[in-house]
Amino acid sequence: MDEFRAALVAALGLIANGDQDLMAIVSRSLLVSLSAVGLATLVGLPLGALVAVWRFPGRAFVRALLNALMGLPPVVVGLVLYLLLSRSGPLGGFGLLYTPTAMILAQWVLITPIIAALTRQTVADLYVEYAEQLHSLGVGPWHTLWTLLWDGRFSLLTAVLAGFGRASAEVGAVLIVGGNINHVTRVMTTTIALETSKGDLPLALGLGMILLLLTLLLNITAMAIQDVTKRLYG
Amino acid sequence: MSSEHRADGVRAADTIWPLVLHEVCFTAGGKPLIDHVSWTCEASPCTMVLGANGAGKSLLLRLCHGLIPASGGSIRWNGLSVEAARRYQAMVFQRPVLLRRSARANISYALRVRGVPRRQRRLAVTTALEQAGLVDLATSPARVLSGGEQQRLALARAWALQPQVLLLDEPTASLDPAATQAVERLLESIQQTGARMIMTTHDLGQARRLADHVLFLHQGRLLEYGSAAEFFSAPRSKEAAAFLEGRLLWS
Repeated sequence: MDEFRAALVAALGLIANGDQDLMAIVSRSLLVSLSAVGLATLVGLPLGALVAVWRFPGRAFVRALLNALMGLPPVVVGLVLYLLLSRSGPLGGFGLLYTPTAMILAQWVLITPIIAALTRQTVADLYVEYAEQLHSLGVGPWHTLWTLLWDGRFSLLTAVLAGFGRASAEVGAVLIVGGNINHVTRVMTTTIALETSKGDLPLALGLGMILLLLTLLLNITAMAIQDVTKRLYG
Repeated sequence: MSSEHRADGVRAADTIWPLVLHEVCFTAGGKPLIDHVSWTCEASPCTMVLGANGAGKSLLLRLCHGLIPASGGSIRWNGLSVEAARRYQAMVFQRPVLLRRSARANISYALRVRGVPRRQRRLAVTTALEQAGLVDLATSPARVLSGGEQQRLALARAWALQPQVLLLDEPTASLDPAATQAVERLLESIQQTGARMIMTTHDLGQARRLADHVLFLHQGRLLEYGSAAEFFSAPRSKEAAAFLEGRLLWS
């Protein structure tokens, strides 16, 4: 218990003093996760909206696939990307393995289905309500998609936040394709795993606390957005 | 069909009347919900579609507006297909469908979709809000307005499009008497601007107040069409007579 208390105090000290190593790791983590979320949003929002509105053969299968891919095992994604990006792999020539880009790619693969599936659900619900009115007004297909995405923007923000939550907490895939190289690809989750195995608890605990705080902030933000928008926009 | 330029630059048909339905059918799950309806509807201030629940009133309106395809027969608006004629129409639903934006933006959105230029749009929005008595609520989010205000906004949005025909699907069905009165007053002022209406209701009092022509449907079949005065004083079918007396109708 004393050891834990000492580690906790040391961790708080690292945070309070703005420890350079700790801050560098936090910044890198945010850079990787936010980049992945940005890219996943660019793909996931229109993809989800298209699947929600567009009637095409195999739509039910795509819908099931998106839902299934929400639970992609990170280590499997990491392994597949490792095989693709390793020197002997088909994408080896790009030299991306053990770089932050590879980590962004891994997180993008993991969270795009989450954002797309949640978007599909939100847009499909909205479309049930809007379809006849938009049809009556003569709104074209692309404008319909844009209208649904815009009107569902606050619910969709929750989908994006869910994606960020998953990205920032992910460890398996980024560990495999990033390699956990100090000052290069070391992020919060991989550092926590490494430092815990080394028995160096203060840094692991400090990062763990920041990660928890981020998760908490995300959930509070999501709830606040939903409450406010429900009050403002009905 | 001759044509002219409207203020928004759209080449518009002179008129989309008459509406001609020939042997129109609509079946769902093998059940005929609209059963060989043939009807020629000339322009009149307010044609009321009457009938009990499940008679096919809303369905008929949706078919005429092209929201759902008929299973058989043909629907033409002065020779135009329902798709081509839709841009000269506007429809208001029982439950107003308002976008998650301000009252003003809801009307502006509809005008933008129809290609009305920005400057004209601003004026048209203000005029429509004034017409509906909603100027004070212009910047309020549409979906937090009361039920009556929402329906008036939906009507204002529809009217702003300057449709030749306004299709109204039980627009006061979920409103209290005061809100119903406000909506009816708005409908009357819209009528005075020259827009023609085809409206469904099962409120006989409202039908008597607003209708000048009545179409009576029973189990998807058209039983009567004629002047409202005639319909209310001497219905020709026993089903219409029973409906007017408030008796239950069975097959």
